[in-house]
Amino acid sequence: MIPPPPSHAVTAPVPAASQLPVHTPVESYTLSDSVFSASPTRSPSIQLGLDGEFSEDSVNWMKRSNSGRFTVVLPTGGNSLTQAVEASIDENSGDIVEGSTQKNSKPLKEKTTKAERRALQEAQRAAKASAKVAEGNKPGGTLGMSAPAQKSKPVKQANQKKDVQPLASSSGVPEKKRGDKPPEKDRKKDVPPPRMQFDDKSRVEKAKKRSVVKQTEARNRVELFRHLPQYERGNQLSDLESTFFQHDDVHPAVYKVGLQFLTGDIMWSNTRCIAMLQAFQKVIEDYSTPPERTLARDLTAKINSSVSFLNECRPLSISMGNAIRFLKALIAKITLTQTESEAKSSLCTDIDRYINEKIVLADKQIVKHAVTKIRDGDVLLTYGSSSLVEMIILHAHELRRQFRVVIVDSRPNLEGQQLLRKLVEKGLSCTYTHINGVSYIMHEVTKVFLGAASVFSNGTVYSTVGTASIAMVAHAYHVPVLVCCESYKFHERVQLDSICSNELGDPDVIAKVPGRKNNCLDDWASNDNLQLLNLGYDVTPADYVSMIVTEYGMIPPTSVPVIVREYGQEHVLI
Amino acid sequence: MEFRRGSNDDGLDRRFWGRSQALWSAAKREGRYPSLPNDLLYLSHWFSSVKLTQNSVIMPDTHTLVNDFLNKLKKRKIEGSKATAKLTAELLRSVISQQRLPNTNQAGALIHAIKAIGEQLTTANPVEVAVGNIVRRVLHIIREEDVSLTTASIGGLSLQGLSDDEEDNPLVSAAAAAAAARTTLRPPSLQTLLEDMTPHSAATALHHSSSSAGDSEDKTKSTDKNSRSRKLKHNVIETVNELIQDIATCHEQIAEQAVEHIHHNEVILTLGSSGTVIEFLCAAKEKKRSFRVFVAEGAPRYQGHTLAKELVARGLQTTVITDSAVFAMISRVNMVIVGAHAVMANGGVIAPVGLNMVALAAQRHAVPFVVLAGIHKLCPLYPHNPEVLLNELKSPSELLDFGELSDCMDFGIGTGSPLLHVVNPAFDYVPPKLVSLFITDTGGHNPSYMYRLIADYYSADDLVLQQRPTS
Repeated sequence: MIPPPPSHAVTAPVPAASQLPVHTPVESYTLSDSVFSASPTRSPSIQLGLDGEFSEDSVNWMKRSNSGRFTVVLPTGGNSLTQAVEASIDENSGDIVEGSTQKNSKPLKEKTTKAERRALQEAQRAAKASAKVAEGNKPGGTLGMSAPAQKSKPVKQANQKKDVQPLASSSGVPEKKRGDKPPEKDRKKDVPPPRMQFDDKSRVEKAKKRSVVKQTEARNRVELFRHLPQYERGNQLSDLESTFFQHDDVHPAVYKVGLQFLTGDIMWSNTRCIAMLQAFQKVIEDYSTPPERTLARDLTAKINSSVSFLNECRPLSISMGNAIRFLKALIAKITLTQTESEAKSSLCTDIDRYINEKIVLADKQIVKHAVTKIRDGDVLLTYGSSSLVEMIILHAHELRRQFRVVIVDSRPNLEGQQLLRKLVEKGLSCTYTHINGVSYIMHEVTKVFLGAASVFSNGTVYSTVGTASIAMVAHAYHVPVLVCCESYKFHERVQLDSICSNELGDPDVIAKVPGRKNNCLDDWASNDNLQLLNLGYDVTPADYVSMIVTEYGMIPPTSVPVIVREYGQEHVLI
Repeated sequence: MEFRRGSNDDGLDRRFWGRSQALWSAAKREGRYPSLPNDLLYLSHWFSSVKLTQNSVIMPDTHTLVNDFLNKLKKRKIEGSKATAKLTAELLRSVISQQRLPNTNQAGALIHAIKAIGEQLTTANPVEVAVGNIVRRVLHIIREEDVSLTTASIGGLSLQGLSDDEEDNPLVSAAAAAAAARTTLRPPSLQTLLEDMTPHSAATALHHSSSSAGDSEDKTKSTDKNSRSRKLKHNVIETVNELIQDIATCHEQIAEQAVEHIHHNEVILTLGSSGTVIEFLCAAKEKKRSFRVFVAEGAPRYQGHTLAKELVARGLQTTVITDSAVFAMISRVNMVIVGAHAVMANGGVIAPVGLNMVALAAQRHAVPFVVLAGIHKLCPLYPHNPEVLLNELKSPSELLDFGELSDCMDFGIGTGSPLLHVVNPAFDYVPPKLVSLFITDTGGHNPSYMYRLIADYYSADDLVLQQRPTS
């Protein structure tokens, strides 16, 4: 057990006064002393200066060492932390959690003297030592430790009960833990779990057993993309349809959305996200808590199974991942005091609010921002079909700006044709070309507007495949590139290339050239040497992007981590 | 059906596509496929539309041959620079063989005739640079053969002179003959210019000796003439045959170098299809190199599919990707190998559409961008605005079906200007800074060296094929 360096603790900045109770007790520290047996004893004055950063380290460290022996009460303001460690709740049994919370709250009410507390602590220490000897690996959080914050604000107990639960069960978080700097704590903990790697055979086997959608591995898999799912297509849909009545655990609304994802009826990331959230709304509406279960836990499990079903239909986009995180945070925040109907209705309204604020209103705001960049005589270039770019162009047209639009399109989806149709119908002057012709057309273009599936915190733009090429050519011809993206699609992940995480589409589409009867690659699967790769996304380096238009304003790609940091937690805290 | 024509001066800036779009919309209204009228193929700012001075010396059957070829060029019946180059060379060969030559200045007459045809051919399809290249090559061959014949005769004369007057320094005259041969055989370069300066005395000595031997030359001239005329023609045709042979075997010549460039376990990316690339990759495969190939399909013609099929048949690991995935995949690629349509004197490449994008991506990831080009693709001209002027717009139907968007297209009729433009360029210009290496039949070369390589094959007098109407 290696304690965090003491110097760290000493030099750590003092948190906000509001969050630091005046009388920080010594006991709390001595507790952590007992946990970190090697850590030096400190005078109370030093402990006063202690703040979250020390405890953060210890939290992480505790997590790593995986010793969940102590019941620790979380002080106020730990919502985000609760959220962060939410995942670990699942592993612990509910009984212990409840038991521990009850015991936790009990001693808080009685005012203990300093001597009493010290005596109590001595007893704890002894108990802990014996537990250690007796290999106490299970959470034995029965020691009611009173936190100073709770002591000072006993009224809040009821509200905090929920906050207490997860932490109590998770691991020994020292009481020093204040609610200060929640985003940082969150970020540290919220590092996205490593994605499923499909070259890991044992995990793939496990996943297969669970899966609802029957998937057969594609025959000619691309070696470079073994870590991504490469499945045969075509028979999934019929399989799913035929076994509809066997999947009683999947809600019909989710089922419907899943089928739409599978067939590609819903393509845009915004529409996908909205469809998913609305399906979840229906799930929640039709949900009733089974006896002897808590709504928060059971509903989370229900949502989880729906999510994994949707993920099998089509890998979830990053924006959807963000939305699911938000939803789970909401569910986790439901307290026991709320009745089921209350909880359900509040969840549904919160989802509505999320859709409205994060997508609908954000889009409006982005359109407002972006339109200011369109002037008379401009030639705008856009790639594929982005709903946001379409709105911007149409709005600029409504404002009677005189401009032309160049639509660049590429196989296999040829989404640009839909956009072309919509714009031509509105009477806009359009030029249509394919992605190879982009170098030719770029001379006359004055601005490039692109949509994005996600923006990572190193400023790279994750978007439909081909976007990077367009941005590159625009960069080479010194044409500004504006990426339009709602901030709910931002993600703290970083990525350097398009190989590590991506989505593979149906390879058969590549073999079929539209408008041709005889394709020379019709029997491609019969030859082992031939693979077809239908890449879904690519990653545009940040230096190709001039600015990113979000609802918060127009920012350079270097400011994406700032948005993620400052606003990223917002949806969690709604 | 009407086509907007830009005035000549702003024609340079005008995009070619305006025309094809007008055509497209007009054709839409009439509901038929536009059959690429010759009217469309104006494009010749390069070779301005000077009316050809009718050459009466061409015999009628060559006339029909030429016209036939012209029609094919105009209708784009001949595709691919190799096929075009071969056909052009064969046409010129038959023209030369049937050309009646005057007694004096035979080379001049021949050059004049070839230039006249060359002008016609290049204006018929100015984008197919290979035609102009071959015409210039043939002109260069004629000049060379002429010079070598004259130097041979001069050499003979100087030898005669040597025997005539013994006091003439044999060393000087031999050097003079050699210098003369060098100056005439070599294309203009700094070196030859400098060499011209130094052996000036030698040149005058040569002058002296030849003039001194003038009377003896006069005697032989008349008897020599007929044989010389036949010899010139014969020599020229022989060299043209060699040229045709060269064109035919350029693929093998290039493919021979494949082993030097492709190593084990390499990942190679190519776009579209090119005969040279197929041969190159297969040659490496035959030498037991195992490597993988990414083939970008090359919209809108998707020739990459054919290439992939061909490569797979030869047992190469091939992955077909969409053009849009090039940027994503290039980070895992060791080398980009592509074919070219033409190589300009500055080292820039006129390449199938999409390659500029690939070259930029390759540069970004520091992946070598290798261009395979047969000697017939080397063009001695420096390009100006090649993206537009050396480009051609293909039928929009390759991108959009004619029936597609017909409901929307009706909007355009009232306003006059069509709402929808469909741009389908055939070529991309890849600037020399994006090219890492050229592999030609003569070996690998830097882009910056191309001008010199080109200077070996063409004479400076032929760079402009068009003849002034006054002359």
